[in-house]
Amino acid sequence: MSMKERVILHADINNFYASVECLHRPELRNLPVAVGGDEKLRHGIVLAKNYAAKATGIRTGETLWQARLKCPGLVVLPPNYPLYLRFARFARQIYADFTDRIEPFGLDEAWLDVSGSDGLLTADTIRERIRRELGVTASVGVSYNKIFAKLGSDLKKPDATTLVSRENFQTVAWPLPVEELLYVGQATREKLQRYSIHTIGQLAAAPLSFLRGIFGKVGDVLHTFANGRDQSPVMRLDEEAQVRSIGNSTTTPRDLTCDDEVKIILFVLSESVCARLREHGLLCRTVAVSIRDNALFCFERQSKLPAPSHISAEIAGTAMQLFRRHYSWPRPIRSIGVRCSDLLPANGPLQLTVFDDDTRDKLAALDKTVEALRKRFGHFCIQRASVSADQPLGGIDPKGDHIIHPVGFFREGMLK
Amino acid sequence: MREKRYENEHKVYIRVEAVFHPDGRLLPMALWWENGRRYTVDRVLDICRAASLKAGSSGIRYTCMVHGRRTCLFYEEDRWFMERPD
Repeated sequence: MSMKERVILHADINNFYASVECLHRPELRNLPVAVGGDEKLRHGIVLAKNYAAKATGIRTGETLWQARLKCPGLVVLPPNYPLYLRFARFARQIYADFTDRIEPFGLDEAWLDVSGSDGLLTADTIRERIRRELGVTASVGVSYNKIFAKLGSDLKKPDATTLVSRENFQTVAWPLPVEELLYVGQATREKLQRYSIHTIGQLAAAPLSFLRGIFGKVGDVLHTFANGRDQSPVMRLDEEAQVRSIGNSTTTPRDLTCDDEVKIILFVLSESVCARLREHGLLCRTVAVSIRDNALFCFERQSKLPAPSHISAEIAGTAMQLFRRHYSWPRPIRSIGVRCSDLLPANGPLQLTVFDDDTRDKLAALDKTVEALRKRFGHFCIQRASVSADQPLGGIDPKGDHIIHPVGFFREGMLK
Repeated sequence: MREKRYENEHKVYIRVEAVFHPDGRLLPMALWWENGRRYTVDRVLDICRAASLKAGSSGIRYTCMVHGRRTCLFYEEDRWFMERPD
């Protein structure tokens, strides 16, 4: 190998939300605790749980009522996102003392490129500091690539360092079930099982042409991952992933049954998406709408805008047109999303039309004013009349409630 | 979305008199305990971020000599707290 071997860490704060809650509530530390969404708003799933809750078989993502069946004494706490954000920032400040190559993966996980230093020692020091300074624990995986580093951080919990090296990966990683590999979800696992591929080692040994035949391009990725040949770099904190799309979706407080209700939600979501477009200084050229009905069937449809925009009335209007064209109400709708892509900077040169009137400028100014008011007086200080007509539906603040999800691993320029 | 605050019997939020120095350092000068009595901070021995498992929080911990005793003051975002002595 011509290049010096990389040293990649993957730090994962154990049971992040639940750990931060238990730190702040000493009286709950020995009880089974779960952080869960609001059941009244139908977001009632387990977001995180502590080890006492885990011991009863509760899993992240299952509904709170299922969790309570497994553990009748379960303490369910509402999430306190601003606090978790603060703790995530503290953790990143610790990482930044070791490297400027930090790539966050959600709030509680991050890859660090600490090439040139002793990986195990750095991992132990980071764990020690997280425990002492933040009062929570972390597991750290140490490896020569991001995939095995992530795998390592999942192996020993809590508060442990795991090495997956070139020397030991065949004994440490290969016997593991294939779904332990990043991005092998249920669908991929089931497909692989049909061909008797159950472990990461079996996946690594499968002929590349065979995997390509089943998965297409993803076959190459799986083969690379399983063999420890992933070369993707850890992003620098300052070259944060370029935003490629901005979207917002919500599971509505009740199933939607008519166009008018959908319109309310589309307006609420579009306003939030437009506010975020503006925050990033972006315009979008494509709008997509995603629909999930109450039988959990889902699909997404998209359409180009006549002109780049971050005007909520235009985005919502296009979203509504898309919806009308593609949904004929076979079933009520459970959740709905708006996503803007094809982004370009708002301060770049723009194509104007001959017949431009100032309506668009006025709409943009209106959006800006609404946002300024909301920043000062709270989200609900001003609302569209159509939205305020239905309080349970209109009463969603998707921007304020927005949760940060892990960004996709497959970005442009990676894994080619 | 506002951050929710947590209180418990082991965490005592206190009034603190502190000085911002031109170099950016923030140093506590005196504190008022629950009984209303004022105690002067004689010396700051150590400053670092630390969690208090007892009080249930994390903050900048100032290890100080107060009235001849080693005492820890925690600066938590915008408030000061101490662990309640046993």
